[in-house]
Amino acid sequence: MKLPDAEALCEALIAQLRGHVTPDTGIVGIVTGGVWLAERLHRALGVSTELGVLDPSFYRDDFDQVGLHHDIKASQIPFEVAGRRVLLVDDVLYTGRTVRGAMNELFDHGRPACIELAVLVDRGGRELPVAAQYVGARFEVPPGKVLVLDRDALGRLSLTVSDKRRERKAQT
Amino acid sequence: MMARNPQLNDKGTLQHLLTVEGLPREILIHILDTAASFISVAERDVKKVPLLRGKSVFNLFFEPSTRTRTTFEIAAKRLSADVINLNIATSSSTKGETLLDTVDNLSAMHADMFVVRHAASGAAHLIAQHVGAQAHVINAGDGRHAHPTQGLLDSYTIRHYKRDFTRLSVAVVGDLLHSRVARSLVHALTTLGTPDVRAIGPKTLLPTAMEQLGVRVYHDMRAGLRDCDVVMMLRLQNERMKGALLPSAQEFFKSYGLTPEKLALAKPDAIVMHPGPMNRGVEIDSAVADGKQAVILPQVSFGIAVRMAVMSILAGN
Repeated sequence: MKLPDAEALCEALIAQLRGHVTPDTGIVGIVTGGVWLAERLHRALGVSTELGVLDPSFYRDDFDQVGLHHDIKASQIPFEVAGRRVLLVDDVLYTGRTVRGAMNELFDHGRPACIELAVLVDRGGRELPVAAQYVGARFEVPPGKVLVLDRDALGRLSLTVSDKRRERKAQT
Repeated sequence: MMARNPQLNDKGTLQHLLTVEGLPREILIHILDTAASFISVAERDVKKVPLLRGKSVFNLFFEPSTRTRTTFEIAAKRLSADVINLNIATSSSTKGETLLDTVDNLSAMHADMFVVRHAASGAAHLIAQHVGAQAHVINAGDGRHAHPTQGLLDSYTIRHYKRDFTRLSVAVVGDLLHSRVARSLVHALTTLGTPDVRAIGPKTLLPTAMEQLGVRVYHDMRAGLRDCDVVMMLRLQNERMKGALLPSAQEFFKSYGLTPEKLALAKPDAIVMHPGPMNRGVEIDSAVADGKQAVILPQVSFGIAVRMAVMSILAGN
C-alpha cells in the first residue's frame, strides 16, 4: 500500500491550523505519535501555552478485555483546562475510542471552553461519533492493518502499515 | 516439577498479590512504573480514574491499622471502585464464623477484590486459594510473613530519590525478626538488584538466616550505617519488650535509635524512611524524623499510587 509522506501531511496540517490556533490555545498530544505531531504544531504555530501530553490508558474502554497497558506515560497537562480552547492531536484517527478516552480525561482536569481534534491521517472505520476538524489526509486502511507514525533519529516523521499489532498502543 | 506460584494465573500474570518473594523483576518494575503514572492523578481537579468502576473492593482487616487501611481505601476510591470496610473485631468472626465462611459470604455479595490484613501468617494465601480466579486478593500484612504493598512503596520511594538500585547501600534497622515490612522490602531490593542490603539490630531481633538472603548483618549500628544511601527504620513493637527480647526502650534507643549523630555516618544525601507509626525517642529521634533527610510522609503519598497500580494491574489480569 502506497502511503503519503508524513512530513508533507504535517505541513498541510500546519497550514490548515494557521489562523485558527491562538497563542493561548492548549495543545495536547496523545501518546506516542500524537505527541510528536503536537510538538511540531506547537512550534510552528507559535503557541505560548506549554504543550500537554495525554496517555488515556486509564480511560480505555477495553480495560476489562486486555487489562492495563505496559509502559504507561504519566499525563501532563501543564495549563488550566477550565475555560480554555483545547486542540487535541493524534497521529491516526480510526475507531474514535482513544479520542473518547482522551476527552474523558481532559474533563477530569476541568471544563474546557471547547475541544477540537487534529489528526495526521483519518483512516475511516469509526465506531463512535467522533470527527476531526483538521485532517492531513483521508484514506481507507483495511481493518486488521495497523497504521502507525514513526520518528527516526533525526526527528523525521513517516507512516508505516503492518499486520501486527504493536504492543504499545492498540490503535483506535 | 516446581509448584506454580499461587499469585499467578494461567497466563502467568498476577492474579493475587500475596508476597514479593519469588515475583519476577519485570512484574515489580511494571508495578513501580504504573504507580509513577498514577502520581499525577492526585494533583488534578478530579482525583479519580474510571478503571475499577462498578467493581467492589472489600477491606478485610482482622488486625488494627489506620494508615494501610486508609490508603487502600483511598486508592480503591481513586480508581472509582466501591469500597466496603469490614471492621472484623465487631463482626461475625466474634460470633464464631470462620475466615473462609466470611469470605464465602462476601463472595456471594459479588466481591471483586479482597484486601486482607490478618495476624496469622498465610491468611491471605488461604483466601486466595479459596477464591481462585473468582476474585483478586491483596495481602495487606499477614503475621510476621509479608506486607508486599509496603515493600513495593518503600522500593518506589527509594527509586524516586535514588533512581538506580544497582548502586545502592540500604540499611534496615531494628526489629527485623517480627517485621513483615522488612521481609518484603529485603525481597524487593534483592530482586531489583540492590548490591548491598544491611540488617542492623540486636541478635535477639534479627532472624538467623539473614545471610542466605544476601544481607549483611551488623549488631553495631554505627558500623552498619557507614556510607549507606538509605536508612529504613523499623517500628519497635512495644509488646516485644515484655518477652525479654529487649531490656528497655531507653536502652534500645541508645544502641539502635537513629539520632542526627548516627545518621551523620551515612552518606550526606542519605534518605531516612519509616513505615509508621513512629515511636519517637525509641527507634527514631524527633530531630531525624522531622529533619530534611526524612522522606516518611512522601512514603505515605507514594503508597496510594503504588496501591492504585497493584489494584488496577490485578483487576486487568
